[in-house]
Amino acid sequence: MPDPFDLVISGGLIVDESGERLADVVIRDGHIVALGAGLSADRRLEAAGCVVSPGFVDLHSHLRQPGMEEAETIESGSRAAALGGYTAVVAMPNTTPAIDDAGMVREVQALARTALCDIEVAGAITVGRAGEQLVPMAEMASLGVKIFTDDGTGVQDALLMRRALEYAGGLGLTLAQHCEVSALSAGTCMHEGEWSSRLGLAGQPSEAEELMVMRDIALSRLTGTRVHFQHLSTAGSVAMVAAAKAGGLPITAEAAPHHFTLTDECCSGYDAVYKVHPPLRSASDRQAIRMGLASDAIDAIATDHAPHLAHLKDLPFDQAPPGMLGLEYAFALAVTELGLDLSEVLAKLSWRPARIAGIAAVHGGPIEVGRPANLCVVDRNQTWEIDASGGASRSSNVPYVGRRVTGRVRHTVFRGEAVVIDSHPMR
Amino acid sequence: MKDLLDIAPLGRAGIETLLDLTDHFVEVNARTIRKVPALRGRTIVSLFYEDSTRTRLSFETAAKRLGADVMTFSVSSSSVAKGESLRDTVKTIDAFGVDAFVVRHSSAGAPHMVARWTDASVVNGGDGWHAHPTQALLDAYTIRSRRGRLDGCRIAIVGDVLHSRVARSNVEAFGLLGAEITLVAPPTLLPPAVSTWPVRVAHHIDHVLDDIDVCYLLRMQLERQAQGLVPSLREYTSCFGLTADRHRRLGPEALVMHPGPLNRGVEISQEAADAPNSVITQQVAHGVSVRMAVLFRLLGSGQQIEAVSEDL
Amino acid sequence: MAERERRGNPPYGGSFVARTRVMNREDLIRAIRRMAHEIIERNQGLADVVLIGLQTGGVAIAGQVADDLADIEGSEVPLGKLDVAFYRDDIGIRPVLPEEVTDIPFDIDNRTVVLVDDVLYTGRTIRAALDALGDYGRPRSVQLAVVVDRGHRELPIRPDYVGKNLPTRRDELVDVHADGVDLGEIVK
Repeated sequence: MPDPFDLVISGGLIVDESGERLADVVIRDGHIVALGAGLSADRRLEAAGCVVSPGFVDLHSHLRQPGMEEAETIESGSRAAALGGYTAVVAMPNTTPAIDDAGMVREVQALARTALCDIEVAGAITVGRAGEQLVPMAEMASLGVKIFTDDGTGVQDALLMRRALEYAGGLGLTLAQHCEVSALSAGTCMHEGEWSSRLGLAGQPSEAEELMVMRDIALSRLTGTRVHFQHLSTAGSVAMVAAAKAGGLPITAEAAPHHFTLTDECCSGYDAVYKVHPPLRSASDRQAIRMGLASDAIDAIATDHAPHLAHLKDLPFDQAPPGMLGLEYAFALAVTELGLDLSEVLAKLSWRPARIAGIAAVHGGPIEVGRPANLCVVDRNQTWEIDASGGASRSSNVPYVGRRVTGRVRHTVFRGEAVVIDSHPMR
Repeated sequence: MKDLLDIAPLGRAGIETLLDLTDHFVEVNARTIRKVPALRGRTIVSLFYEDSTRTRLSFETAAKRLGADVMTFSVSSSSVAKGESLRDTVKTIDAFGVDAFVVRHSSAGAPHMVARWTDASVVNGGDGWHAHPTQALLDAYTIRSRRGRLDGCRIAIVGDVLHSRVARSNVEAFGLLGAEITLVAPPTLLPPAVSTWPVRVAHHIDHVLDDIDVCYLLRMQLERQAQGLVPSLREYTSCFGLTADRHRRLGPEALVMHPGPLNRGVEISQEAADAPNSVITQQVAHGVSVRMAVLFRLLGSGQQIEAVSEDL
Repeated sequence: MAERERRGNPPYGGSFVARTRVMNREDLIRAIRRMAHEIIERNQGLADVVLIGLQTGGVAIAGQVADDLADIEGSEVPLGKLDVAFYRDDIGIRPVLPEEVTDIPFDIDNRTVVLVDDVLYTGRTIRAALDALGDYGRPRSVQLAVVVDRGHRELPIRPDYVGKNLPTRRDELVDVHADGVDLGEIVK
């Protein structure tokens, strides 16, 4: 007699927000239907020696569609995400054209139907990301958009940002900010410091980011509205965010794997794979990011996955576009570089970002009967070497080639379907 | 040694080898027949993405006097607009079969990228604000030929250090050779982390004039005023220019140097430029010999050998 | 010549170990003196004769020859030194770096140039020297004086004045120095 259940994840240690326990997880029709010992189903995912976690949620990925499909599509990006253990990704709106109206939201949502994970569409704050006029937030929110950001640039005008915060606050929406004062960063291509001086490259000081962090903390206090800070990169930013939170303000923040792994010294060979905005900073900034993740000043790890065509990254450093891949490496880098308990790592990758993205009902939640089956199975002890292929991404701008890391995603289950088995995508 | 991209990897010994080698080529250049067949049959390409007739001619003369064949690829703005990437250009030229590229580019790091894409030798002819190693070598050679060793020599580099590849390479080269360096510039024209460099800093030329053996002036460009880095060129000259009066105060023993081209009346006065202690024309003359030494070192001194004895 | 060869042949580096002393100091002084007489005899005096020593080994020898010529004939012969590094046929194949700067402070047009070297071996160094001389002028004739001819010529070059003919094996090396001439080999 055939088993009435679809899929069982056997032998793993469940780790979620409520704690840890050894149990098999049985899944049917996209939901968790049973937890216990020695359970069976039609198909079996081996998880002995591994940890079963809620699927990861990336607050910050560039999926490049529409406009730069050669570098990445929503489908190829989602495949990379699934391989990285992600069951949901927030897609950034700096596509061509930008996601600044309902029509664009619908277009991206349609493209996302065949994806290997949930694609949450983020809207721009201003039309065309030009920093002048607000987008129709309510209309876009009615389609499910919960986060708005002009990512790629920050909103430069303080009055406009104030109005945007007030308006979004009235709708219960979250504004996220790429903090960069363009007056201080224009024409620069790396962090201003010892290395930029030696290399003869124009650099932006930490203050280019910190001044906007300072401003938006003040505007959050003024308007009483939530602000989420994207890809924090400096020690000063972390300190200000920690103080703001301690003062009770509704501030959240994320950091990218490259900012807790690499420093500006990587630019010394002029390889543009290390060019990114905000730039790789000094060793003490990197340490502050790590400490910020350890202390919860920073709530989440977000990849800022940014694919670029190879010939563009082959341009001289000052001309090349900024950005690095990250979806397939975030878990491994977090395990290897942060020195945190696994449950803390999973919190930063899964349930905290799920809450910030407003999708905690479906992603990141405790592994219990009745909940949607968005899970990943990870081996925290497996070591592997990151290669130059770029994984499932269409692009290959990986700044970690040759690096040996510990921690690998073995399986990913999305809406009950095993989309990744033994680190291979199933479609 | 496959490439010359920066000064630092040479170390003191490497710099001195090149300066000693330059002596030989000075002798060749003093002859009637200023040619040796050392690099006969080799092909050297000058890949100049930035306009610089002087430097390009200096390299090409050096190559020809070594008996090599020279190809020139100097990019006018229209061919850049046609969009062929640097990489495609290098790969195409490589396919002709070349032995060395001399690269000048407005982007720092461009020669380093060229070196990744070709097995031919690459000489950095100047990349953005970053480096100009052959200029530093000819400057060091000029000082050495007038004053002997550079150990303990007190050198002031005056001007827009922030944007100067000549200054960066000179700081490295003179430093490795044991000189004491003072950078003289307003804070807006100094690199942000200059406090970590092995140099002293002064913000007015009068503070150093009495204590230096070499006054090295950098060209002050008009656009720095437009960028808000100095209030006006007039103010720059009043604080940093080597005027006739200051030149007199400098004394006849000190050397006056400049990488060219000069902005007479801005960073340097006519009197200073023409004075007997100005070695600006010698710098240019030594440039050909130094570049011959560099090309010979890269292409002629047996880099294919795996095990090379230590006295080489 | 031994020095140049040591650097240019595998195993590169290493050190020279002498096995036999084939000429002692007195032998060397006498041989050089004899060659000086031969130069005077062959050229019927020293008019328009110039000496050029080849780097490195030939320079000191040329100096000795010049001293002997001055002693015998009472006239100073113009003396120069030549580094042939830039004219070698093995540039880019072997490590090549010149040693002391060439210094030929006189005109060689229509003169009799006597090239002086310590050891004559394959003849390639002399070939390079002839090319180099061509870039300095047009001598009336070029003659060659060597302390030791060790055989194994690879080019049609022959010496006019020889201190000693010494048959050698290819793996041996000849070292001419102030106290005489040694035959030995490189040991790494």
